[in-house]
Amino acid sequence: MPFRPTVLIALLFASMAPSTPHAGEWAKLAEDGVHDPNGPAIGLLQQPGDALPNLPGDTAGNQVHWIKALRTGVIQPRPSIDPAREDRRLDKDIYLDLYGSMPSVRFPHLAHTEWLDCTNCHDHLFLPKRGANNISMFLILQGQQCGVCHGAVAFPLTECSRCHSVPNNQAQRIVAAIEAEEAKRSAADGDKAATDSGSQSQPRVLDGKAKTK
Amino acid sequence: MRAFASLRRMPALVLLAVALGTGVSTRSHAEYADVVLNRTAEKEGMRPVVFPHWFHRIRFRCKVCHAELGFKMRAGSNLVTMGDIIDGKFCGACHNGEIAWAPENCDLCHSGKPGLPPGIFGGHETNGPGIW
Ligand code: HEC
Ligand code: HEC
Ligand code: HEC
Ligand code: HEC
Ligand code: HEC
Ligand code: HEC
Repeated sequence: MPFRPTVLIALLFASMAPSTPHAGEWAKLAEDGVHDPNGPAIGLLQQPGDALPNLPGDTAGNQVHWIKALRTGVIQPRPSIDPAREDRRLDKDIYLDLYGSMPSVRFPHLAHTEWLDCTNCHDHLFLPKRGANNISMFLILQGQQCGVCHGAVAFPLTECSRCHSVPNNQAQRIVAAIEAEEAKRSAADGDKAATDSGSQSQPRVLDGKAKTK
Repeated sequence: MRAFASLRRMPALVLLAVALGTGVSTRSHAEYADVVLNRTAEKEGMRPVVFPHWFHRIRFRCKVCHAELGFKMRAGSNLVTMGDIIDGKFCGACHNGEIAWAPENCDLCHSGKPGLPPGIFGGHETNGPGIW
């Protein structure tokens, strides 16, 4: 039986007891350590504490639940400057970490592509192929992979359960169902195009509902 | 193999415990995701630039700046010059007097405390840089 850092993880969770939205105060610009308190911009720039309390609350980062803010229409950030530019979306969940000590990770493409373009992740952070990337919590904590954004601009890494959100056995069931579905489909495709070698031998990490694409 | 994998992950958790432990203590901090740009500004006699993500993401999605306008996602990695800005690149794609106020409002961008290094500044739980 390999050693599992379960106790430490339990402690970490315990230290993050749920609290009410907007749990804290937003720093004043003059006291935030980055703005020059004697500069002429103080008094002209908007204080975070004037704008952010009006948005759906969260307990970490900007204390704003940015996904709710976007989806409820409370904010309507522009997707482009050039109106002709394509706003690409993908509604496809990817399940990672099916067998670890933590609950499985559901990576939602939709929530990401509402904000981001495919090129923000593909291919320099992740190859667009399930299981093709050695994603690890260690690298994430060092600011790589998911940690490029989470811990910098998107909600921080202290929010374990927003990523580790699906019980392992449930994720395994979802993935098994998809695997079966895909095997059926590729068998049918195989009859038509036996020469196509691209879509064989899918790795273990699979996507969930694939509505578009 | 599995035992090795678990051990390999321990340093991350220790690191995490340390980071969480220290995160709570400091209360004076920038708003989460504020970026200081100071590759050239202070050398050229201006205050460092403070870029607030929170303010801009209310108005624009990430893809506008990080795909359409070509800002690389690494604090300090973009060499932004005033020449570029006046030519309508980087900040100047919007700060052109049409989408947002024009570059002549020097002090609104150059609002940083002298001596700050370029980088991302955190606050709240993370208490600091994107790279822990
Ligand atoms: C995609 C468009 C866009 C880009 C790119 C952009 N800004 Fe802005 N910025 C805006 C808009 C819009 C406003 C709000 C203008 C207004 O209130 O009239 C704004 C406001 C600001 C403010 C004032 C915030 C306040 O408290 O009122 C600062 C400071 C600022 N921008 C700095 C920058 C810097 C520095 C850059 C480049 C690193 C930059 N911006 C790039 C659109 C942009
Ligand atoms: C931004 C999303 C994200 C957040 C937040 C996050 N993780 Fe992870 N974590 C991942 C991903 C993705 C993996 C998958 C790596 C893999 O497949 O092994 C992972 C893997 C792990 C692993 C190794 C696999 C396992 O289950 O044993 C541990 C342990 C872990 N995370 C702990 C944590 C803890 C503790 C926190 C909160 C303090 C946390 N993570 C927060 C995304 C996240
Ligand atoms: C925030 C980062 C991010 C963005 C943005 C993103 N992806 Fe992904 N994508 C991922 C990750 C992570 C995986 C899973 C890789 C793995 O399993 O190792 C993935 C996997 C994929 C896959 C493989 C899925 C499969 O079933 O094999 C495709 C195809 C893909 N992405 C297409 C896209 C497209 C198209 C867009 C833009 C509309 C996009 N992605 C935007 C992170 C992203
Ligand atoms: C390029 C930036 C970027 C990368 C890389 C990235 N994310 Fe995100 N993620 C975001 C943004 C932006 C949001 C919107 C919420 C926010 O800003 O706090 C988000 C939201 C999420 C959510 C919340 C979904 C919801 O409905 O609540 C999860 C879960 C998540 N990310 C997991 C991951 C995982 C796992 C990875 C790595 C495989 C990853 N992210 C990589 C930028 C990123
Ligand atoms: C929209 C935001 C913005 C405004 C307004 C602005 N700047 Fe800048 N400025 C920047 C950024 C970003 C940099 C690059 C900072 C760095 O990396 O050091 C910069 C750099 C500079 C530099 C360094 C050398 C160079 O030419 O790039 C000088 C000098 C400068 N600005 C002067 C000014 C003056 C004078 C004004 C008013 C007429 C002004 N700036 C208005 C954002 C702005
Ligand atoms: C108005 C323009 C603008 C928007 C919108 C914007 N960013 Fe940024 N971002 C910047 C600038 C400017 C920098 C600093 C670049 C530099 O220092 O060279 C930056 C830096 C970053 C970094 C690097 C941080 C680090 O640790 O080095 C990340 C990650 C990032 N942005 C993610 C995002 C995400 C996620 C979103 C959407 C939720 C977003 N940005 C929206 C302009 C923007």
